[in-house]
Amino acid sequence: MGWAIALHGGAGDIPLSLPLESRQPREEALRRCLQIGVEALKAKKPSLDVVELVVRELENIPQFNAGKGSVLTNKGTVEMEASIMDGSTKNCGAVSGLKTVVNAVSLARLVMEKTPHVYLAFDGAEEFAKEQGIETADSSHFITAENVERLKQANEAHRVQLDYTQPLQNGSKEERPNANGDVQLGTVGCVSVDSYGNLAAATSTGGLVNKRVGRIGDSPIIGAGTYASELCAVSCTGKGEAILCATVARDVAAMMEFKGVPLEEAASYVIHECMPKGTAGLVAVSAAGEVAMPYNTTGMFRACATEDGYSEVAI
Amino acid sequence: MGAWAIAVHGGAGVDPNLPLQRQEEAKQLLTRCLNLGISALNSNLSAIDVVELVVRELETDPLFNSGRGSALTEKGTVEMEASIMDGPKRRCGAVSGLTTVKNPISLARLVMEKSPHSYLAFSGAEDFARQQGVEVVDNEYFITPENVGMLKLAKEANAILFDYRIPNGCETTCGANVESPLHMNGLPISVYAPETVGCVVVDREGRCAAATSTGGLMNKMTGRIGDSPLIGSGTYACDLCGVSCTGEGEAIIRATLAREVAAVMEYKGLGLQEAVDFCIKTRLDDGKAGLIAVSKNGEVAYGFNCNGMFRGCATENGFMEVGIWE
Repeated sequence: MGWAIALHGGAGDIPLSLPLESRQPREEALRRCLQIGVEALKAKKPSLDVVELVVRELENIPQFNAGKGSVLTNKGTVEMEASIMDGSTKNCGAVSGLKTVVNAVSLARLVMEKTPHVYLAFDGAEEFAKEQGIETADSSHFITAENVERLKQANEAHRVQLDYTQPLQNGSKEERPNANGDVQLGTVGCVSVDSYGNLAAATSTGGLVNKRVGRIGDSPIIGAGTYASELCAVSCTGKGEAILCATVARDVAAMMEFKGVPLEEAASYVIHECMPKGTAGLVAVSAAGEVAMPYNTTGMFRACATEDGYSEVAI
Repeated sequence: MGAWAIAVHGGAGVDPNLPLQRQEEAKQLLTRCLNLGISALNSNLSAIDVVELVVRELETDPLFNSGRGSALTEKGTVEMEASIMDGPKRRCGAVSGLTTVKNPISLARLVMEKSPHSYLAFSGAEDFARQQGVEVVDNEYFITPENVGMLKLAKEANAILFDYRIPNGCETTCGANVESPLHMNGLPISVYAPETVGCVVVDREGRCAAATSTGGLMNKMTGRIGDSPLIGSGTYACDLCGVSCTGEGEAIIRATLAREVAAVMEYKGLGLQEAVDFCIKTRLDDGKAGLIAVSKNGEVAYGFNCNGMFRGCATENGFMEVGIWE
């Protein structure tokens, strides 16, 4: 037993030949966020604080699809969503349709702690954000040139693009779309178990490239993209629609609870046996300090560390 | 070919002092909806068609808290949400923040079948509705004088009312004056009665489906989303069963209640009624809620840990029951 932490920056059809200038900043970012989380755990911060802290950091990094760097809707705007869950109390908070809130995960936490509700969205959530005085910025803060380009390509191809697709260089098709032309996408998330055995999970995202305005994915849905109980904490990424209908995060916990299956097996089963190939990945930790990071896509930006010294950053 | 089964609900958590006339009206509505579902099933309509059809009827009738008759937000407007799930292949559709769509459940179905997404909300959902040509009306259509009265009371009490229909003329006797030992979500039961609606069906082919629709909490913050549109919380259907929940939204979400019933059947091998009882007894902690469920084997079950749930159920072999209390 001991603390453990895992985080992700999205699963998707990440090209195996990802160029160095794309790999490096992301790996660095994952490493940095991991370090922040590890230090917080060593300083005995509770899991709920740790996951929020790490996800805030991931949201601020423009290379990942959350907060700054969120992908764009079909109208060229950002609509961010997030959720957070405290395994020991099962308290949870979620937000969707945010346009100006710099750190969606923090607003989700405020919904959990400062309102009688669990989930606030769109104008109502933005109003709440103003009342709470949480940091906001106008859309130029969130929109990056890469994402404007991705939206253009998706529009040209009439596609809702789920991917991290590298903006196509010289017209070469780097990504491999699924049968219906969709490609997969990222999101960010973090799960941890602290020294006291408390588990927490948080997930945040800008959603799908070229999504319809108003589209909600799995990230803010408790049980789908995020879940934490006394046994484990899970954060998912991939094709939101599929993760939602399969209630992935809850399923991992349910298998552990009702079938007595250990974390690695449960996580692996749900990803590899229950989800269509190329649709999902997740990071999970158990109360016992184990970590699992399965994915059925080409890659998943991820990192993890455990108290006994193990640590990993990978794609 | 198996036998069909159907269950409907109009909310869990009922004031024991609910006037008899209201009880009668509720039972009549539940009976009418059951019969609608039953004839559809006897005509071999699929489970997904039947749940949509029945919930449409519940939405259109102003009695319960969905569609017309929805609870009001703190701004006095209506924001409706719904979700629908088709067991085979676990397809799902959900909508939130609807203000003009006459039948939210039908829009949820269109999201599932006609969009690349599973969940659309607020202005995006409204745009989609117009593109799909579904029937839209002014927000005023959904607002009933009773609910306007309730909202006023709720604001005076500065509390969130989960939903309660107080018949006209009874305002002076309800609320603070009615001493009731029963509470839900910190409010006396006389001012709390969630009346989300839902329907679950298993058809003759053994296919399960579930649908849930609501106006949400009285006096809720605009933008508040409850459990009803959340797949896994308020609604769930898979190969084994179909489930629709109602009650304290927060408790249902924390318990991912609808998914829970299916998970214990799948992973613990429990039968339908056992699974329902297990979830109601052990998964809600202090929360109050109820649910209806059907299994692919043609069984129907319901459970609730609060005072009463408006419900009705029927199976092909002639069993039929409509009730409110234990």
